[in-house]
Amino acid sequence: MEILETVFVRNSLVVAFAVIGITIWLSYFLADRLTNGRIHGSAIAIALGLVAAYFGGRATGGSTGVADITLLGGIGLMGGGMMRDFAIVATAFGVKLSELKKAGLAGVVSIFAGVVVSFIVGAVVAVLYGYTDPVTVTTIGAGAVTYIVGPVTGSALGAESDIIALSVAAGLIKSILVMIGTPLVAKSIGLDNPQSAMVFGGLMGTTSGVAAGLAATDPKLVPYGAMTATFYTGIGCLLGPSILFFIVNAVL
Amino acid sequence: MIVYGVALLSACLILGMLLGEALGVALNVEANVGGVGIAMLFLVLASNSDKFKSLVDGASGAGIQFWSAMYIPIVVAMAARQNVVAAFEGGMLAVVAGVAAVIVSFALVPVISKIGDSKVSIAEKQ
Repeated sequence: MEILETVFVRNSLVVAFAVIGITIWLSYFLADRLTNGRIHGSAIAIALGLVAAYFGGRATGGSTGVADITLLGGIGLMGGGMMRDFAIVATAFGVKLSELKKAGLAGVVSIFAGVVVSFIVGAVVAVLYGYTDPVTVTTIGAGAVTYIVGPVTGSALGAESDIIALSVAAGLIKSILVMIGTPLVAKSIGLDNPQSAMVFGGLMGTTSGVAAGLAATDPKLVPYGAMTATFYTGIGCLLGPSILFFIVNAVL
Repeated sequence: MIVYGVALLSACLILGMLLGEALGVALNVEANVGGVGIAMLFLVLASNSDKFKSLVDGASGAGIQFWSAMYIPIVVAMAARQNVVAAFEGGMLAVVAGVAAVIVSFALVPVISKIGDSKVSIAEKQ
């Protein structure tokens, strides 16, 4: 057991490659046999990852899912921001500049629309739950933008820590739902071309959610969605503690 | 050489991240503003330009394609390290806010995609 642990910990990233490889093989096998290919193998793999993250978090009490289990620590590095961004940028290889130009305007519109709409929805829900303090309502609204915008806005405005935790939870729910829900609704929202993918990335904004949701829908759309999504959190952090807070403050 | 492609990819990411970080500082925002998006633009420009041909063709290109193909496995690892427990411990308010934001945003995808479309077709008519 001790030998096993030593080898696994010392080679954590390599262990992660193997574990993820097996997970994906299993997912594609299940997608093929159980759903006849109707559900994309990567959608199943991502869902399995989320389920594993839940049990990992429950078992260890940590905040990074499976990566808190000593033997699987490498998954934290493999699935961390650095590798994610590196691979996302790589997907842009082969993208045609003309496609980006065509959807450029709609993409920019979607980023601002996405931030404002998610914020309003989150803020309205907070008000419906009986919150009237502008700082609290703004923080929860910002959490519905992304789980990064929530705490950034909350700490800038001096919100209580339990409210900040609430805003992070709202953002995490959003991100997870985008991962799982995107392949299910893709057809009905016309998500099948570069232009709608750029709009989709700008509207959803959660980089993790968009990254996983598009991967499970059609990997060819990934670069377009990711391109706009990566501007979203920054714009959210810009608008949250400023304009959006002033508006909430004036309304309440 | 495979490493040339990987190095080009790395250079794009670092340059994009630096610009995104600088943009964040300029806007007085505690976040990287579009660093990855800017990096992707650099890679698109490089892969469409003749000057960088030797860094994106043949084996060098394979170095970039490898990381592009590793994207889904990396996303699966990313899913496995999410704080799913915290998401569900936030209670009903967090769930309702998150779910409602996603549903409304999904519904807007066809609407905003169309706005772009009509603008393009108007421009084409003119």
